Amino acid sequence: MPKRTDIESILLIGSGPIVIGQACEFDYSGTQACRVLRSEGYRVILVNSNPATIMTDPDFADATYVEPLDADVIERIIARERPDALLPTLGGQTALNLAMELAESGVLETYGVELIGANAEAIATAEDRERFKDAMVGIGLSVPASAIARTMDEARQAAVTIGLPVVIRPAYILGGRGTGIATDDASFERLASAGIAASPIGEILIERSIAGWKEYELEVMRDSADNCVIVCSIENLDPMGVHTGDSITVAPAQTLSDVEYQRMRDAAFACIRRVGVETGGSNVQFAVDPLTGDQVVIEMNPRVSRSSALASKATGFPIAKIAARLAVGYTLDEIPNDITRLTPASFEPTIDYVVTKVPRWAFEKFPGTSGILGTQMQSVGEVMAIGRTFPESLQKAMRSLEQGRAGLNCDPGEAAYDALDDDALLAAASVATPERPFQLEALLRRGVSADRVHETTRVDPWFLDQMLAITEEREYLATTGALEMDAAAWRRAKRLGFSDAQLGYLWGLPEAGVRAARLGAGVAPTYKTVDTCGAEFAASTPYHYSTWEDEDEVAPSDRPKVMILGSGPNRIGQGIEFDYCCVHASFALRDAGYETIMVNCNPETVSTDYDTSDRLYFEPLTTEDVLNVIDAEQPMGVIVALGGQTPLKLSGQIPEGLVLGTSPGSIDLAEDRDRWNQLCAQLEIPQPAGGTARNLAEAQEVVARIGYPALVRPSYVLGGRAMEIVYDDESLERAMTELAGAGSLGREGGLSAERPVLVDRFLEDAVEVDVDALRDVAGEVLIGGIMEHVEEAGVHSGDSACVLPPQTLAAQTLEVIADYTRRIADALEVVGLVNVQYAVKAGQVFVIEANPRASRTVPFVAKATGVPLAKAAARVMVGSTLADLRREGVIPDLGVAAPMYPGADGRLRHVAVKEAVLPFNRFPDADAVLGPEMRSTGEVMGIDAGVGRAFAKAQLAAGTRLPDSGTVFLSLADRDKSTGLAAARRFTELGFALAATTGTAAHLRAAGLEVAVEVAKIGEDGTDAVELIAGGEVDLVVNSPRGRGPRADGAHIRAAAGVNQVPLLTTAAAGLAAANGIADRRQHELGVRPLQDYHRDLFDGSPDD
Amino acid sequence: MSVRPAALVLADGSVFHGEAIGADAPGGISAGEVVFNTTLTGYQEVLSDPSYAGQVVTFTYPHIGNYGTTPDDDEAAAPFCRGVIVRDLARRRSNWRSTEDLDGWLRRHGLAGVAGVDTRRLTRHIRDAGAMPGAFGTAPVEALAEAAAAEPGTAGVDLVALVTSDAPYVVGSGPRRVVAYDFGIKQTILDHLATIATVEVVPASTPAADVLARNPDGVFLSNGPGDPAAVTGAPQTIRALLGEVPVFGICLGHQLLATALGGATFKLPFGHHGGNHPVRRLADGTVEITSQNHNFAVVEDSVPGAEVTHRNLNDGTIEGLAVRELRAFSVQHHPEAGPGPHDAAYLFDEFAALMDANRPDPNGKGTN
Repeated sequence: MPKRTDIESILLIGSGPIVIGQACEFDYSGTQACRVLRSEGYRVILVNSNPATIMTDPDFADATYVEPLDADVIERIIARERPDALLPTLGGQTALNLAMELAESGVLETYGVELIGANAEAIATAEDRERFKDAMVGIGLSVPASAIARTMDEARQAAVTIGLPVVIRPAYILGGRGTGIATDDASFERLASAGIAASPIGEILIERSIAGWKEYELEVMRDSADNCVIVCSIENLDPMGVHTGDSITVAPAQTLSDVEYQRMRDAAFACIRRVGVETGGSNVQFAVDPLTGDQVVIEMNPRVSRSSALASKATGFPIAKIAARLAVGYTLDEIPNDITRLTPASFEPTIDYVVTKVPRWAFEKFPGTSGILGTQMQSVGEVMAIGRTFPESLQKAMRSLEQGRAGLNCDPGEAAYDALDDDALLAAASVATPERPFQLEALLRRGVSADRVHETTRVDPWFLDQMLAITEEREYLATTGALEMDAAAWRRAKRLGFSDAQLGYLWGLPEAGVRAARLGAGVAPTYKTVDTCGAEFAASTPYHYSTWEDEDEVAPSDRPKVMILGSGPNRIGQGIEFDYCCVHASFALRDAGYETIMVNCNPETVSTDYDTSDRLYFEPLTTEDVLNVIDAEQPMGVIVALGGQTPLKLSGQIPEGLVLGTSPGSIDLAEDRDRWNQLCAQLEIPQPAGGTARNLAEAQEVVARIGYPALVRPSYVLGGRAMEIVYDDESLERAMTELAGAGSLGREGGLSAERPVLVDRFLEDAVEVDVDALRDVAGEVLIGGIMEHVEEAGVHSGDSACVLPPQTLAAQTLEVIADYTRRIADALEVVGLVNVQYAVKAGQVFVIEANPRASRTVPFVAKATGVPLAKAAARVMVGSTLADLRREGVIPDLGVAAPMYPGADGRLRHVAVKEAVLPFNRFPDADAVLGPEMRSTGEVMGIDAGVGRAFAKAQLAAGTRLPDSGTVFLSLADRDKSTGLAAARRFTELGFALAATTGTAAHLRAAGLEVAVEVAKIGEDGTDAVELIAGGEVDLVVNSPRGRGPRADGAHIRAAAGVNQVPLLTTAAAGLAAANGIADRRQHELGVRPLQDYHRDLFDGSPDD
Repeated sequence: MSVRPAALVLADGSVFHGEAIGADAPGGISAGEVVFNTTLTGYQEVLSDPSYAGQVVTFTYPHIGNYGTTPDDDEAAAPFCRGVIVRDLARRRSNWRSTEDLDGWLRRHGLAGVAGVDTRRLTRHIRDAGAMPGAFGTAPVEALAEAAAAEPGTAGVDLVALVTSDAPYVVGSGPRRVVAYDFGIKQTILDHLATIATVEVVPASTPAADVLARNPDGVFLSNGPGDPAAVTGAPQTIRALLGEVPVFGICLGHQLLATALGGATFKLPFGHHGGNHPVRRLADGTVEITSQNHNFAVVEDSVPGAEVTHRNLNDGTIEGLAVRELRAFSVQHHPEAGPGPHDAAYLFDEFAALMDANRPDPNGKGTN
């Protein structure tokens, strides 16, 4: 069927902020969908609250709403835009849930909006576990025995019928949150009651546990003519019991015979047909009993998922793009296969390599968490690696993770397992943790048999034997040396995935020495192509990976080429924002006539879409792998400044002449504390007092000079890893000891002689300010945006809400900040982006640090101001001037009287607020406190005419629905009491009642405020805060903590707010902003407006006077 | 484990190095026409499929042997292919159905192979230069080159005589009676036919009169190896059956039916060997993903009176033919799968329906 002509406009819902379980894979799918639908001539209306996404660029949709993903808000967008159709299957669980809400409330019917891609009936069948199970049994498929419960009595009854162990899953929850395995009565009681509370519909599924079975996934596509294809099969290395998002997964399935595979394929088709997904992609998960081959269906997602992003990257079959076409009426056979161009999309990709995905976790950021993997997803990112064999792809994946590992052990990190004896190590490996793959290798290396390891861990013997092949090769390699290796020996080692760094460790040689010896033996990688067809047809898509074979398929072109290094796996502190920058660089340079070459290993991203750049190398971002691509492609330059810390760290390893933009020397100057201090002194820019320390004694010396409180932070890290504010000698000592310990293990942020710790005077109650600026080779500086943080200095900038333009700083202060920024950019000879952080205390501006690279806020600034900073930066790095870019229209020409930055002259008639989204609900054992170490996974933007409304929108988008009335509970640290008082007064004026802890209540009363409820200390007589919150008597909690102390009352209060889903603000400043937001919201009706309109006002309209 | 270096040499002189796996070939040399198969699963079915007689099978998927082998998955009592080329042979098998590892299976059947080969380079070479004879083994490269040059390939060679059964035998106890011509029939086809009929399998040379004398409800023309033009006598035999009894052909059976109807066949550059080929069923436009294994195809517009029922969406070649008035139809692909997807399995039901339309209903149900 050709495409539908009865619809003209389509509303697409994105997935909102990056959270655990829902990351940038939906930016990838949504971006593909936007591009496809527009190319088909539809008017695309997009709503997504996440400013860091590529899809929310005004270029990708006709109307882009960066607004909260909330049913009321979307109804307003629908009323304003009157779309013909809503496509809900490309924005993850968030979009699907919203679509269901809009369908059920009748909004879609009222406005005549048709749901395309999936219907409400199909969504309900797949998402409601009871219905799904019945549906599967109805078509003859097996499912694990299960029961639904809405009360504890029902739950207990079900547990008796099914028998423990059981899995408990709350209904309608994404990413498996709240899910767990109950093995005894106590764990059953705990999980069941928490699950009922967590489910939005108060329902849990209790299911026979099939932990230890093998787990598989099939990615299915179906079109309106009922054609079905499997895009990819995936086998999990981790057996059932670990959430698939936390499992190491391998494509294609490795240990299924054709008989079993085809049975699973038939079941997947039967499933998608029964559920009724009429068009698009779905994923179906299966478990297989390794002893009998019994196959059961676990679940299906009636939408594009994380696994479909992986399957798309693993096969070259662009699921989201095709799903979007299917949704508007095409059938699979009408869509050409992008890669072969001559064959249709109605086929099943076949691959001639192995893909391994490994998740990346961030447990180190959440002290108190167990670090044990289970049925609830906890990882924050993932890497994918392609090799011709599983050992090769596994080792590539391990070094792609950037966690200091050079592969599957054979590196300094393996020493961590030495202390354990065989039994202890085996016991450790029987529990799924991020360490498990390394423990498995260590066990095999000690000679523990694969059978014994299998019995304990349930990891399939085939996978274990493949690891053993790596181990055996290592044992051989240990008996030889770099100079004794002939070409055949090199090739054998390389084919098993050994990196030069691993071999260097084995032979006691520097990595460069290994590389030289290898190249001397004439052994270099070959590059193969991902082509969907196992080379059966010629491929026209340049999507490549390295391996060690006879034939290299990639012929470099003679066009001028720029290589862009991506940002690797998502992690806290380095996520989608940097992918945004890299993708923009690629687009801008392509437009300017360069051939662009992307190198990255993150399968979730737009940058690793084979459409984004002229060439894509899906490779680890390590010295060896990057140098190999440079050798193969001979680019004119390499961009290292847009992908965050990952490529920046490589800048010193790349031939210096190739680094585009700011020189590695300048990057180093900004990072080297002593040189930076000298520079600031020279420029007469004040800094907080401070110094560097290589050990505790030096740190104590610095503190003796500058006094407490002091900010202790490692150099060369992003996201404030291990950064801490210390108030006394004891906490200084502890912080330094922790850093030294991390350093000895080679971990990120660890202390070492080359990487000393920075110790600075911490400026209490200062306002923190972030500036993103761009400087060209001619010396012109464009101030992209000045952002004022809502939380005071001391909260990591990535976790702090910030406002653009600044609201409380005097024009004069802004002038000073702009001036300092220009001077610093000049002094560092920046060519490209620079981010400078300031603290403003009592009107005086201190510079905290400068980073001559793209910052996390670049996409936010670009969206708030309409200036495409990342695109401009890429052009500047290859030599264009800002004047050139204005002439070409890449950046707007604001005229002769151009302001230094939008907003300086009042042109910015709107306010944008960025708010961080934190994963504390995933880590209930960690304290929900903001501090100098970044913990947020994502961000949202609220944009409106006034700061209050923008702030309220940002809160709503981040999941905090500020109350209109009721009781505000305050518990404040002493230093916050003046700001807290202002907030309390505002709340009182707005008609809220106040509740407070004893000290805070006294303070408020002393200022003349009425405190309705004063709570007792926890454990003392009378109602305490936790009881008050649990009793539903509090509508908003404002609790500011005192440092990183033991679990005091504050921690219990914050945990209670989390459990009872009461909005929680952890700084007094945020409390004040919230009060202002609530006030502003009362004055104005909630409005929605697309970014395109805001930007048009800014550049075309004349400012109001 | 001692490594036995080995090589594959193609008739055009290309050399691919690796190490020997499976049985020791006499003189360290095996030879045949080198083809590639893109299926991800089903190596045992492929290697035991008689249609691969005379051929050396290259698997494009690098890991082969992961789930071992089981007698249940053999497509014939013994393989007729000449060898196997893989990137990586599993050291250890893992699957509850498995009874023997692939290396043991190869040795038991006297088949040699080469592992460690850049099979993607080999595949690209065959894709561009066409399937061609080659020789492999532990012998010196010069000796292998000579053997490759001497190897005739499959065009014009009657390989059916090699693989067909010596005497008739009966399989299944279904309600209908089918006579199946064995040009190299696969076990999975027999399994499917047995669900709809009592099947008497007869040697390829069985005269039409003998078959008609058995008074069957239908005649099945099986798959088989090589060049249809080289299978002497079959077209004449089939011609004698047409119109007398419903006829259903698969793969070589399809090509022979076309030939019997006056059609012509041609050799594809490198054939279709895999489990992911899209085929359009022209009756309703739906697309089925099919299992394929053939080097020859029916020439467009060459079959008088036949309707094209199926078409390959990758290269447009004919995938199915039907002559309604003669109650005969055939497909180029493999509806029985083994290995491969089950999308086209309905064709066996259509065969049953065609037979039922021609005789009183065996179950007393209405006919269509």
